Amino acid sequence: MRGAPKRSALPGFGLTMGLTLTWLSLLILIPLAGLFIKTTELSFTQFVDTVTSNRTLHALKISFGLAFLAALVNLVAGLLIVWALVRYRFPGRRIFDAIVDIPFALPTAVAGVALTALFAQKGWLGAPLAELGIKVAFTPLGIFIAMVFIGIPFVVRTVQPVLIDLEVEIEEAAACLGANRWQTVTRVILPSLTPAILTGFALAFARAVGEYGSVIFIAGNLPNVSEIAPLLIVIRLSEYRYADATAIAVVMLVTSFLIIFVLNRIQRWAQTRALAVG
Amino acid sequence: MTLVTIETSTSAAAVQPFPSRVAPLARRDARTEPRLVRGIIITLALTFLTVFVVLPLALVFLEAFSKGVGFYLKALADPEALAAIWLTLVTAAISVSLNLVFGVAAAWAIAKFEFRGKTLLITLIDLPFSVSPVISGLVFVLLFGAQGFFGPWLMAHGIHVLFALPAIVLATAFVTFPFVARELIPLMQEQGSQEEEAAISLGASGWRTFLLVTLPNVKWGLLYGVLLCNARAMGEFGAVSVVSGHIRGETNTMPLLVEILYNEYQLVGAFAIASLLAFLALVTLIVKTILEGHLDEGQPASDD
Repeated sequence: MRGAPKRSALPGFGLTMGLTLTWLSLLILIPLAGLFIKTTELSFTQFVDTVTSNRTLHALKISFGLAFLAALVNLVAGLLIVWALVRYRFPGRRIFDAIVDIPFALPTAVAGVALTALFAQKGWLGAPLAELGIKVAFTPLGIFIAMVFIGIPFVVRTVQPVLIDLEVEIEEAAACLGANRWQTVTRVILPSLTPAILTGFALAFARAVGEYGSVIFIAGNLPNVSEIAPLLIVIRLSEYRYADATAIAVVMLVTSFLIIFVLNRIQRWAQTRALAVG
Repeated sequence: MTLVTIETSTSAAAVQPFPSRVAPLARRDARTEPRLVRGIIITLALTFLTVFVVLPLALVFLEAFSKGVGFYLKALADPEALAAIWLTLVTAAISVSLNLVFGVAAAWAIAKFEFRGKTLLITLIDLPFSVSPVISGLVFVLLFGAQGFFGPWLMAHGIHVLFALPAIVLATAFVTFPFVARELIPLMQEQGSQEEEAAISLGASGWRTFLLVTLPNVKWGLLYGVLLCNARAMGEFGAVSVVSGHIRGETNTMPLLVEILYNEYQLVGAFAIASLLAFLALVTLIVKTILEGHLDEGQPASDD
């Protein structure tokens, strides 16, 4: 970094920037803009009627509500998993570490049929659960299970690097100052992990809200019972009610954007906090 | 300089879909829990992963082979299955190539130059990750469908986009758009531009500099991005489902065929195709782990 930093001595800015903006506009921005333009075909009252009809509201409630619950389970389970993977040594640790990524890598349709077969009434887990009177497949509980599945990697992978980098000295200092293990974990370690946990939670939530492939097989897809919002979009499309489909999509998109926005704020907050502490 | 590097790497790690760099074992010392607590945590974690991940995966392969290898191979040799496999390969090849070119271009522009709106550009590149797959398909129906913006014109000229290969490729490219770029951008930012500047000042052309200086430096990261991009491209279901039209033997990719066969109770066929996709996922994870080893080696030693 000697001398005056010139703008850049490297060539290719025009070409690469041009390519980037062209591809981004053609593939992502223009199609997404089309979505918003399409909604203008509905009048405001029509738009409100569409998104507040019983069936749509229920589908949105199912998608957002169950996604929130599933992300909560992912948060708790993710913390246990990441704690075990980072802090303890046990046989198969590295294999289980790799397994965490399977919900990312496994195509959603495969996950969908596998989870359905597993939790169907004659399935390996479905049968014992049925004897207890718990029906999973083709109920909202099934949707929840599928959402938990696809959300597993998020909390683990966002918290893992932070937990690895956590300074040993802080914990030792806490112990020296008389904190018991529980106090050290809840008052020293967890607060430093909080931003990463929140990020993982938000990512898992956002993913579960929009999830389609792994959910529709196990969902049952009964209107007003176990119908998710993405499926309702598909149904409206197949009925050629494009504007209705688009209205639901816009509600989902705007909500997702809000989630990203909050996510970015959390990260910025986490970074300034980390700088202030470190 | 150091500060900036740390910031970008943590923020990138925080949102990457596959950010795991295998962790070094925690040092053993007094700061651990009682044996009983440790046992309970490990048991809970492993039980959770087994129930939610290992069992479904095992089930795919067991169901696929439930009637023997003969049935399995017969299911895969079915003309419809072969057509689906071919379509999936073609779709992935095209969309991954497109996003590879885009990803490299975007990483060069973002990592090597300073300009206003960079953060916004990076956010826009990540956008497809937060869009439901169904909506990713829907946008192309709105553009190219019969009631869409370009639909009537396309129909008048006899061009098939929707319910044909072009829309399947577009939808796949949409959902896999960020993979290569987001892998390369932090990597190239970390490496800086000194080496490239040296090459240019010694008289190398821009293209030559890229091929001989930049590319060798980022090759593992590039492969990593392409690998993840390809896995998602071959496995995409929701977006492709919306634009494919499900024409048998023509516009069904492998994941779509899994759905169709499953709904027709052709379980061996459905799980046979599913097992190929699951195998692809496993290979992806193994190669990914190997690449992560290379990526860690390539990075300058740091004490964090």
